[in-house]
Amino acid sequence: MSNLTIKNLKKSYADTEILKGINLDIKDHEFVVFVGPSGCGKSTLLRTIAGLEEATSGNIYLDEREITDVAPAKRDLAMVFQTYALYPHMTVRKNMSFALELAGTNKSEIETKVNEAARILELQPLLDRKPKELSGGQRQRVAIGRSIVRHPKVFLFDEPLSNLDAALRVQMRLELARLHHDLNATMIYVTHDQIEAMTLADKVVVLNQGHIEQVGTPMELYHRPANQFVAGFMGMPKMSFLPGQIIAGDNSGLQVQLASGSKLEVPVRAEGLTKGSTITLGIRPEHIQVTDQQEGRFKGRLDVTEHLGSDTFCYVQTSAKETLTVRTPGDFSGRFGDTVGLNFDAAHCHLFGSDGRSLERIQSNF
Amino acid sequence: MSLSTVETLSSRTTGSQDASIVSIAKKNARVSRYMVSPSVLVLLLWMIVPLSMTIYFSLIRYNLLYPGENEFVGFENYEFFLTDEGFFAGMGNTLLLVGFTLLITVVLGVLISVLVNKAFWGRGIVRVMLISPFFIMPTVNALVWKNLLLHPVSGVFAAVWTFFGAEPIDWFTHYPLTAIIMIVSWQWLPFAILILMTALQSLDQEQQEAARLDGAGPWALFYHITLPHLARPIAVVVMIETIFLLSIFAEIFTTTGGGPGYETTNLAYLIYSQALLQFDVGLASAGGLIAVLLANIAAFFLVRMIGKNLTEA
Ligand SMILES: Nc1ncnc2c1ncn2[C@@H]1O[C@H](COP(=O)(O)OP(=O)(O)OP(=O)(O)O)[C@@H](O)[C@H]1O
Ligand SMILES: [Mg+2]
Repeated sequence: MSNLTIKNLKKSYADTEILKGINLDIKDHEFVVFVGPSGCGKSTLLRTIAGLEEATSGNIYLDEREITDVAPAKRDLAMVFQTYALYPHMTVRKNMSFALELAGTNKSEIETKVNEAARILELQPLLDRKPKELSGGQRQRVAIGRSIVRHPKVFLFDEPLSNLDAALRVQMRLELARLHHDLNATMIYVTHDQIEAMTLADKVVVLNQGHIEQVGTPMELYHRPANQFVAGFMGMPKMSFLPGQIIAGDNSGLQVQLASGSKLEVPVRAEGLTKGSTITLGIRPEHIQVTDQQEGRFKGRLDVTEHLGSDTFCYVQTSAKETLTVRTPGDFSGRFGDTVGLNFDAAHCHLFGSDGRSLERIQSNF
Repeated sequence: MSLSTVETLSSRTTGSQDASIVSIAKKNARVSRYMVSPSVLVLLLWMIVPLSMTIYFSLIRYNLLYPGENEFVGFENYEFFLTDEGFFAGMGNTLLLVGFTLLITVVLGVLISVLVNKAFWGRGIVRVMLISPFFIMPTVNALVWKNLLLHPVSGVFAAVWTFFGAEPIDWFTHYPLTAIIMIVSWQWLPFAILILMTALQSLDQEQQEAARLDGAGPWALFYHITLPHLARPIAVVVMIETIFLLSIFAEIFTTTGGGPGYETTNLAYLIYSQALLQFDVGLASAGGLIAVLLANIAAFFLVRMIGKNLTEA
């Protein structure tokens, strides 16, 4: 069993509060990913869980045992660092056995555990090399191996793949997913990379300026973001936001008028909102279609287009100076300055109140 | 034209091209040889003249007290120097001085630099003060130690000893070599601290954190992470200090004058006393050459032992 519970955790450096009351439950075998903009406190939270930073207040429990003030090595956690942090003067074997040797484990047991980890990570041929004789991906595997041999209750990863090139990152991502499955372990993973978050996570924790914005499965965050921050943060490219006003509301949804004048009805609950109050409408690039000038709900001027081969991302400016990002097929042939029509289904739109909170959808297919 | 002639033609042209490239390269090499020759010549003169003069002096009778009697004596000077009772004392003292000073400066240097690597109030000032003895001239340093610290009547040590009710020690009479080692260590400890402190700053923070997570306490951290990281800088300290410590002179000259007896005479001081106290230039030259030979042997072993450590990893 390994359930991690964090209660009202706060962390300050001198006068600046970095973590402003974190509450989080992590269940056995879960793969939890922390995402958030740079400097929001992801690493600090992870390091506080690991015991490398002292919590200013709050509690951390691992299976009923409070570990808030327990020494890092006694917490039953293992951490993999972004820079791998291998011991340069030790061989791969020694790197992996170091923790066990310090703990006074007997030789034959160390041998079995190291060999087992080496087998899982396919490191057997490299066991007698020094870290400097390994490639980046191999070093990363050794760093993971070092944590595996200890059989910790929870694995912590701080951006473990960010020093690898794109191809290797994809490969290691798959290996991590396989490892999570094979070890059946609880893992906490910090990343900048949305794809890593979406593909690896059972549960994504979106952090912003030291507090949690939303916790949920990747699909929940994508389809039902709790607020404008999460909606803007999850998804590549970003969701487009258009300012608007409520003109009417009933049981089936809200009538909204956008700055460019077009009106649409979005199926969200209208409670507590008055006519005339301002809202923000969000729409993802993949839910907008480019059409003929006449047919579209909107007219816009094509700005930059980015051709990725499989898709083309178009940035379109409307007459009201709103910018929309649109995903079109790879063979899209529009040019800079062309006027195009844009169309989207109101059912895919998100509405955010003036406080940034999402308005609840009436009936969601997702 | 047949195919084979074409081939020979083409091969001939490339051949001549190669030849011209080679000749240009040769010309370049010749030009650069002319260009560097003056400095090589000066260097040669710089080395050869004193060396050959020393060799020459070492092979003749050359005592300033007996001018004009400069006949060739073969290896007599060498024999004299090697069989002089001062020679083995000088060898032994040199080794003791170098060995103990290295031991003290490296051990204390590691401990102190690890201590001041932690953040504490006033660390900057402490660091500057730790380094400062290095900038004091050896003669001044020795005089300060002799007259202000170790003096049996007016020295600070004597005051401390008296305060605790002990008999003050006359260091230069009873423990002369120990006193010299103290002085030289004080002079060279800052060098070790400087090098090791700088090296510690490049120790990866995450590596230490990883070790802490692996269960390493302060001692294990020091032994398994910090010390291996310092292996190379320690090798540098040992090499450089050895080179300078083999020829310690000013500290001995200003304090004990090599005495009592031969107790603090090292090779450098022995050569000096042969040449200028006994006015025997021939003997001193022989001693100098022997010292050069010994220093080279020491350097050879040092480089074999430590140089390997430097080049690998
Ligand atoms: N030792 C420290 N002293 C003071 N402030 C710190 C310290 N460490 C981190 N901070 C601050 O805490 C905030 C959060 O840092 P943290 O490293 O957790 O960010 P992060 O979310 O991991 O960012 P990134 O994605 O760039 O790694 C930052 O604003 C940083 O400046
Ligand atoms: Mg970080």
